[in-house]
Amino acid sequence: MAVKNFVVASFSDEAVLFPAVKKVRTAGYKIHDVYTPFPIHGLDHALGLRETSLHTAGFIYGITGTTTALSCMSWVFNSDWPLNIGGKPHFPLPAFIPITFELTVLFSAVGMVLTFCYLCQLAPFVKKHIFHPRQTDDLFVMAIEVTAKTNTEELKSFLASIGGQQINEQRAEAGWWYGRFDKDDRLFETKRVEAVNA
Amino acid sequence: MKDQFVVPARLKTTSFVLMGIGLLTLLIGIFAFHGEHGSTRFWAGILQNSSFFTLIVLASTFFIGATTLAHGGWQIGFRRVPEAISMALPVLGGILFLVVMLIVFGGKEHIYHWVNVEHVKHDAVLTWKQAFLNKGTYTGFMAVTIGLWIFFTIKLRNMSIEEDGWDLTAASGRRILWRNTVWCGAFIVIYTLSVGSTTPWLLLMSIDAHWYSTMYSWYTFASTWVSGIALIILFVAYLKRNGYLPMVNEEHLHDLGKFAFAFSIFWTYLWFSQYMLIWYANMPEETIYFKPRVWGEWRGIFFLNLIINFIVPLLYLMKRDTKRNYSSMVFISIVILAGHWMDFWQMVGPGTYGHLVFPWYEAGLAVGFVGLIIFLVSNQLSKTALVPKNHPYLKESIVHHT
Repeated sequence: MAVKNFVVASFSDEAVLFPAVKKVRTAGYKIHDVYTPFPIHGLDHALGLRETSLHTAGFIYGITGTTTALSCMSWVFNSDWPLNIGGKPHFPLPAFIPITFELTVLFSAVGMVLTFCYLCQLAPFVKKHIFHPRQTDDLFVMAIEVTAKTNTEELKSFLASIGGQQINEQRAEAGWWYGRFDKDDRLFETKRVEAVNA
Repeated sequence: MKDQFVVPARLKTTSFVLMGIGLLTLLIGIFAFHGEHGSTRFWAGILQNSSFFTLIVLASTFFIGATTLAHGGWQIGFRRVPEAISMALPVLGGILFLVVMLIVFGGKEHIYHWVNVEHVKHDAVLTWKQAFLNKGTYTGFMAVTIGLWIFFTIKLRNMSIEEDGWDLTAASGRRILWRNTVWCGAFIVIYTLSVGSTTPWLLLMSIDAHWYSTMYSWYTFASTWVSGIALIILFVAYLKRNGYLPMVNEEHLHDLGKFAFAFSIFWTYLWFSQYMLIWYANMPEETIYFKPRVWGEWRGIFFLNLIINFIVPLLYLMKRDTKRNYSSMVFISIVILAGHWMDFWQMVGPGTYGHLVFPWYEAGLAVGFVGLIIFLVSNQLSKTALVPKNHPYLKESIVHHT
């Protein structure tokens, strides 16, 4: 959690956004994040983000579910409380398969959803700074972190030259904090450009 | 851009050699398996191979039908490949029809024991089934369905070729989509009512005429459908390797790989649904089917079948990288094809010749069919351009991104 300075630019179209992302990265600026109203195919590649490991996590959750189901059922029916059900063996694998399958799916699905929320830092009462209220509506918003080497004025004019609009500077918390959007920040009434949260 | 496929002399030679091996095996089979009981394996091998290979080339027509109805644009870049594979159907369907007619009217009662009318009279179960399971119904159904498959396959292929000559306008684009949707819709209905239901009952399930399973047709369909996808992957990879299909890339291969992955699991689902209910109910008239397979000589093949067709594709195709690499996809496609060929082998074998044997004869015939498919498909591929240039979804296929 750290409060940082950002230069924020909005773009009206993804056709403008993509070349802008490429140019900003080539120029060597550090993109904090890009906020878009809808998922954009290929933006993660353009931003140079690494491939997600969510599927590996899903596989691990899945085999955990498989193991849980098989070990639990075989423990119950073999050592804890052996019952003769229709003359079937005490370890009736075919009868265990549907439950094993369901538990595999359940573990991997729930686990992946929770992991996804963790990776995206989504949870009740977890609040993050919103750089522009229209980033969830119709604008593509790019936040560039101001580092020690960044010349802010140069960056602003550079962003303007590649199609950025409503360019401004913001000093904001880069991570998340506990709070409530309805209390802490009245989003659509705020006129502040310099939003400071800490 | 290499748009027109030219059959390389080497491929042609290969296909002739493979067909030669098949014919040679057939000839050896005639002498090796003769007599009343001996010829059972001869006919069972032909039945197994001709039904398997006919249904997997028919799966290409189903691929065209299903993707067209779903308005899937991604496959247009290589659409001519399933088209060409499906055009092997007239020959293979003809062979299948000839084979089953010879079995039914040649009185091969060790393949289908319901063809013996005298025997059926003394058999209560078969007498009940006689209204459906008789020579007339069998012949009529096979003639009509194989005829309709061939008709629709040729129709879809001809429409696709004809559209290449049209002008590229919005109106012609709409017309292409509309008439393909209509014809594919009609084909899917026919396909579902035949391969999804009655064809496998008559073709393979009536080998064990006393036994029945409501999962059987879907099981057979799943087996041939995933093999059909593997066949499409093999031809796409071959063309790609030889510098054709410039618009097709790893993205398309990735999606085909997802199909192979998903339908391998779908096949397992049906395999399990059929096995588990019979195992659970434990009724003698149903468990008889699994007796030779699970507790008899075929036990090894039965479980090998599950490993090759489920465990291997599941673990192998799970990773993204393996689905995006041509060599690895060729490898797994061959595994899937061999696995499902073996699946058909264990569907036919125990009910006909019974004993587990080294399948040199069956495999030899399979080699012949593979040669025949290579010959027919490469011939069809060379007949027209490899890209349907007027299709409205072509751009969608070019920019496709999984």
